Amino acid sequence: MRNKKKRLVLRSIILLLLSAAIIFVLYSNFSKDNRKVAAVGEEAPNFVLKDLEGNEYKLSDYRGKGVFLNFWGTWCEPCKDEMPYMENQYQKYKDEGVEIIAINVGETKIAIENFAKQYNLTFPIVIDESGEVQKAYGIFPLPATYLINSDGIIVDYIETTMTEEMVQQYMEKIKPE
Amino acid sequence: MNKVKCECGHVNPHGTVLCEACGNILDEKARQGKLLDMRYEGSARRSQTYNKTIIDRIWNFFSSVKVGVILIVITLIATAIGSILPQVSTLGQLPVPAHQYYEENYGWFGKLYYFFGFHDTYGSWWYLLLIASIGVSLVICSLDRAIPLYKALKNQRVKRNTNFLNRQRLYNKAENVEIDFTTLKEKLKKKHYNVHIDNGNLLAEKGRFSRWGPYVNHIGLIIFLIGCMLRFVPGFYINEFLWIKEGETLAIPGTDKQYYLTNHEFIFEVYDESDGEVFRNAIEEKGMIAKNFQTNVTLYSAEQSLPGEEPELEKIKDYEIQVNKPLKIDGYALYQSSYRLNEIASMTFALTNKETGESYGNITIDLNNPQKKYDLGNGYGVELLDYFPNFQMKDGVPSTASQDPLNPAFAFKMVTPDRPEGERSFAAIQQTIEVTENKYKMEFQTAEMVNYSGLTVRLDNTLPVIAIGGVIFLIGLAQGSFWQHRRIWIKTEKGGCHIAGHTNKNWYGFHKEIEKILSDTNIPIPIDQKTEKNQEKE
Repeated sequence: MRNKKKRLVLRSIILLLLSAAIIFVLYSNFSKDNRKVAAVGEEAPNFVLKDLEGNEYKLSDYRGKGVFLNFWGTWCEPCKDEMPYMENQYQKYKDEGVEIIAINVGETKIAIENFAKQYNLTFPIVIDESGEVQKAYGIFPLPATYLINSDGIIVDYIETTMTEEMVQQYMEKIKPE
Repeated sequence: MNKVKCECGHVNPHGTVLCEACGNILDEKARQGKLLDMRYEGSARRSQTYNKTIIDRIWNFFSSVKVGVILIVITLIATAIGSILPQVSTLGQLPVPAHQYYEENYGWFGKLYYFFGFHDTYGSWWYLLLIASIGVSLVICSLDRAIPLYKALKNQRVKRNTNFLNRQRLYNKAENVEIDFTTLKEKLKKKHYNVHIDNGNLLAEKGRFSRWGPYVNHIGLIIFLIGCMLRFVPGFYINEFLWIKEGETLAIPGTDKQYYLTNHEFIFEVYDESDGEVFRNAIEEKGMIAKNFQTNVTLYSAEQSLPGEEPELEKIKDYEIQVNKPLKIDGYALYQSSYRLNEIASMTFALTNKETGESYGNITIDLNNPQKKYDLGNGYGVELLDYFPNFQMKDGVPSTASQDPLNPAFAFKMVTPDRPEGERSFAAIQQTIEVTENKYKMEFQTAEMVNYSGLTVRLDNTLPVIAIGGVIFLIGLAQGSFWQHRRIWIKTEKGGCHIAGHTNKNWYGFHKEIEKILSDTNIPIPIDQKTEKNQEKE
């Protein structure tokens, strides 16, 4: 009888070890594609980028504020539609602790400057020339918006074109209490 | 489940076919046969005896060699099917969704192929599960056979049951023989046998370690599989791709911005006729034959930095990356694997008087970083009002379709002493648009091109583990192939004797060896009962 018990325990341990290894491999395989992508609920990857004048913007400096992180390009049609909404809502929410950082995907200064002038944009526009921030956030395609709360946690990720109403709701969502 | 006690007194585990000690036949079925199945020494393969709990059932399922073989065959078929069409992971960035790509390029077959998941065979969960099942089968099959076999061989006695001996393939007996055990022992020892003599019984054995060959082999395989599994452990395996333009300095992907690379020049050389007669023929036939793909780079190390941040770089070395000559650093290897030629880097225009053709100087616009103003002196200058890297007209308004300089267009303002307010001109490739009739124009002079180099970045720390697994695999293979486990039994009984022999392979050689050992003794030479049986049939 004792032998039988010993056998059962031994077999259970071996099978457990083997299945643990299999589960590990399967899990890793499933999560390998989005390993680097910033996921909702995770801390937003920190970054440092410069604007047109060379001023540095660091995400971690925005703790305590909600951050509306928008990736855009002048050639992206939906981005053009969204920009005025973002500007309007920015005017309302910047006093309530919500900031916009608009990350250009690495275009020329002339193109960005003309675009900002055309749409009268006042929020900070930074340039991700090396594409490193886009990679850290797994951006493809544009437009892409991350909502980051005052604790630096990603609350939502939006890939679709936003209406002004949506922009307003999203800003409400990350407004610090 | 009761233990089985043999008449010799040895207690065997349940399910034993041949007594571990004396070889007596404990199983009715085996007793009826003329020869014994000696594969696992008639030991009790546990899998075939207990089937009580769910754990036992799972265990027994994987313990079956039949199941193992079926798993291997299924994996083989899946692997073969996966090689019919290109895998999605090798296609790079597709212009359309993958399912559409397969259907467009391979028709209904492509559609089915995608539907059943073969577009990503080797990375799919079911393929991994198959490989993992083979691993489980290997572990359990080996455990279930190696341990009982080890016990049976350890417990074997010199004196064997007659029923065991006369059912061996090599067997003979004789009445009234005197055996000189001392000289026989000497002879056997000369052939490297370990000889045990016990009260008129003899066991000569050699090469037992050959029996462990398959299990050593399996251990190698399991280590090999563990090596493959390590790919998923962070830091063990990195496979990235880097597109880098000439003149660009970028972080090497996968290194967490620890290493940077500058591409100074990409070189693409082809063979020409000066390389010899052989090449002339080949060039005529094929058009162009590549001779060299090379990227001249400088490698830097960097302090830790955040994405987007530009760290201080410290030069490590210059290097020429060529095909099969990767740049290696700290386990990482950068391979030359692709290229893209001739992207426009800069364009040169001349401010020209349309009528006289007189030029007032050239401006060169760097398309990555165009300036706003270009001063030509003497009151002449050009302002760049707008720049469209990939120009298109949309709803009557100029815009850009992407940020790549595929079809550059510029909005200029030309300032001259006689036109201090400036004239506006819009210049795209092969066309100039003017709002009003201008006196001056921007005349295109030249364009400079840059090339991209595509480098694969790879880190593989699993290779040593895989190599060790492979070496152990080969050791096991050699062990089982080049050595044989040979045993000779002699039993004296009532003035006569029985002699039997067993080997796990090469019966012919074994038979000859026994013949030679027994040549000038009075012991009968064993007869091969298997070939004898065949002869009878004929």
